[in-house]
Amino acid sequence: MSAAEVARLRAIFGLDQPMHRQFVEFVQGVVRADLGHSIEHGLPVKTMVASRIVPTLLLGGAAILLNFTVGLWLGVRQAVRRGTREDRVLTVLSLASYATPSFWLGLVLAWLVGIELGWLPVAGMQSPLLARDAPWLTRALDVGAHLVLPALTLSIVTIAGTMRYQRAALLEVLRLPYIGTARAKGVSERAVVWRHGWRNALFPMITLFGLWLPLLVTGSVFVEWVFAWPGLGSLAAGAVASRDYPLVMGAALLAAGLVVAASLLTDLAYALLDPRVRYS
Amino acid sequence: MSRILDVDNLRISFPDGGSGRVYPVDGVSFALERGKTLALVGESGCGKSLTSLALLRLVPAPGRIEEGSRIRLGDTDVLGLKGESLRRIRGRRIGMVFQDPMTSLNPVFTVGDQIAEGVRAHFDVSRSEARRRALTLLQEVGIPDPAARLDAYPHQLSGGMRQRVMIAIALSAEPEILVADEPTTALDVTVQAQILEVLDRLRDTHGMAVLLITHDLGIVAGRADRVAVMYAGQIVEEAPTDELFDRPSHPYTQGLFASVPRITGPIERLSPIGGSVPPPGAWPGGCRFRPRCPKAFDKSETMPPLLPVGPDHRMRCWLAEPSEGGDGPLRFAQGDNPSAQGDNP
Amino acid sequence: MVDPLARAWRDPRGRVGALVLAAIAAAAAVGPLILADPLAQPCVLTCRNLPPSLAHPFGTDDLSRDILSRVASGGRISLAVAVLAVGLSVTLGAAVGLVAGYWGGAVDAALMRLVDAALAIPRLFLLLLVLAVWEQAPVATLILLIGATGWFGTGRLVRGEVLRLREETYVRAAEALGANRRRIIFRHLLPNTAGPLLVAATLGVGDVILLEAGLSFLGLGVQPPTPSWGGMILDAKSVLVTAPWAGVFPGLAIVVTVLSANLFGDALRDAVDPRGA
Repeated sequence: MSAAEVARLRAIFGLDQPMHRQFVEFVQGVVRADLGHSIEHGLPVKTMVASRIVPTLLLGGAAILLNFTVGLWLGVRQAVRRGTREDRVLTVLSLASYATPSFWLGLVLAWLVGIELGWLPVAGMQSPLLARDAPWLTRALDVGAHLVLPALTLSIVTIAGTMRYQRAALLEVLRLPYIGTARAKGVSERAVVWRHGWRNALFPMITLFGLWLPLLVTGSVFVEWVFAWPGLGSLAAGAVASRDYPLVMGAALLAAGLVVAASLLTDLAYALLDPRVRYS
Repeated sequence: MSRILDVDNLRISFPDGGSGRVYPVDGVSFALERGKTLALVGESGCGKSLTSLALLRLVPAPGRIEEGSRIRLGDTDVLGLKGESLRRIRGRRIGMVFQDPMTSLNPVFTVGDQIAEGVRAHFDVSRSEARRRALTLLQEVGIPDPAARLDAYPHQLSGGMRQRVMIAIALSAEPEILVADEPTTALDVTVQAQILEVLDRLRDTHGMAVLLITHDLGIVAGRADRVAVMYAGQIVEEAPTDELFDRPSHPYTQGLFASVPRITGPIERLSPIGGSVPPPGAWPGGCRFRPRCPKAFDKSETMPPLLPVGPDHRMRCWLAEPSEGGDGPLRFAQGDNPSAQGDNP
Repeated sequence: MVDPLARAWRDPRGRVGALVLAAIAAAAAVGPLILADPLAQPCVLTCRNLPPSLAHPFGTDDLSRDILSRVASGGRISLAVAVLAVGLSVTLGAAVGLVAGYWGGAVDAALMRLVDAALAIPRLFLLLLVLAVWEQAPVATLILLIGATGWFGTGRLVRGEVLRLREETYVRAAEALGANRRRIIFRHLLPNTAGPLLVAATLGVGDVILLEAGLSFLGLGVQPPTPSWGGMILDAKSVLVTAPWAGVFPGLAIVVTVLSANLFGDALRDAVDPRGA
């Protein structure tokens, strides 16, 4: 490209303006709901980002589901079996999983399950060989198969927090007097732990949801990149690699937006679930 | 004999922070009779709450009930029960009312649910039937407008009402024995009398035995049939209530009476018992009250057993023996203690 | 100050964590001196992507470099970045927290708004934004950036502690005696926040190692040919099928290091917090 063409392109993208002006224009654009255009792809950032939200939500949703079922259950187990060998082993395992880089784990799983064993696909969200007009069930299963490894990776590296939080929350609740009342009534131990204990240990877990969403968003950048999952994370990673600033800004803004939305949701959930908050 | 509970030589131990154990309940024995109230009286730290928890095997870990203890509920050996059979006596044969109703009720379930849960834990009834029984119970414990209260949450009720709910929960499975651990401590004075009334009434209607645990001598008079005074993990005096109030014999009991202000009679100085209750690890050898006892003498260095002082009246003190510098029971009949309603000049 | 450390040492988790960390630090410090040069390519064509063997305990990478020595050198970089960045974060956090907590008022309000806003954006994205603009940032800049994005939580923590400590009797006594501000801050407030700060620092080291590795994996962190654990995993990605072992060792190094840091940090946290586990 000639120097003149480069200069023209720079002018179109506003790159010839000083940095602070670029930022101001960006903010003005955001207010107008216009996030500019991607440098690399030429498409409006808004559109590009919008098309990637669903896959990220799908991945994040699957990871959260795994986290808040398996993680919750393991945390309860740890609390009930506090001090036993099982408790200690689970603690170390969860700390080890937290210490694992998500991208590395992704590669290991991809190689092990995808390449060596060949059980699951390791790239993308859908099989490129699948016909466009295939029945939706087949398509859904295909997406599901592609979802397994990335979701597993993401939840393994974030499950430690869930387990630890749940364990601590339940231990706190189990030492409260009304647990003694329940036992004295002759309620079965299982009902004591789950109906009386866990139900009250739920509130801190809601806070956890708000705290862990940012982690999920961050983790998804690496996991999506490794598994070529077409979500916001890989969009951001790719944009960064090609220095596509407007796209990076757009993705970052959306990430922040998701996090804020999550805290609002958790506040709402609190209000709904705690009768003390509701009636006061 | 309508004896339904026999506790014999109950000892409960806890780790002492090192490798040994301490015994906050050290050889407690008593019996409960149908239709009668036994009051277990003592200051905080004497082991009375732990004793009551032991009846339901609710002693918190790492505490444990020691070998040699016996708790018999009719034909059942409570200490030998495990799992499901243990669960079945909790609530169904022994019901418990806990001290602080605000923290003893689950905040996220309605009052009705919590009572109904007690019913359904032991009776195979439908939800609606359990709810109906819960309503009946609320009426029985004297809660105004019970139908509305059924769906209330604990935080929406006053302290007195919450305690009534606790009693209703304790009764939900129709137990033979009711254990009330400081049922009025967390309540206003005016409400206390009402709650005690409820307990008495229910005892009579259902023919239950009641174990009333308290530090307050005041609520014992006129309500309990029998009193056992506890100090430092042991029972130090036991007698029918009137007998105890007339002739408190153990120096500790006498001290307790002397430190309670009286409405009638001349205004006297209150005389608190000097010193403070030693913790389980720091008990002196021999009689545990010795360091604070104004009547301690050389034999106090040996642990006294429970000795008779009058009809159905025993105390853990060597002074009960006529040979020991005291004249035994007679000595105390002469109004030797400051709180007797003596009409001696 | 020494007491929590001693207690953390007595805790089996703390001891294991501390020992392993020390071993890794020692390996990182000494290793590159005795092992082969991480940049050397002695047999460019013949020893690419060799599996682990006696000569190359971790194998060789795509450019025929010995992986073991690269892991050791990478350790130097990763640990150095982590320690320095965390040091910066903790210092900034303590400073801001002290100012906000002690001066209060509008200053406090403004600073906390800033913290709230900053905490809304995941740290990685903040760094992505800046590093996208700043191409090929040198390691020093990397440390500065990571450090500058990590003080928010610590700042809030210290502020909370300061607010609490201000109400303590001995601080009020000092104020009543006319002690000047600096004295109060340095003699009374700061030492009492040392415990939580140390915990935050230890746990922060693990987080930074993961963060830096991630950035290097995306090509934004430590730039080649300087070895870094994340960068090595990036290289391994392209030879995943032919040489799967290449990425295993740097990843394991990360796991072990972060795990030990967290174990020690946990033990420290239990030692510092009077409530206990």
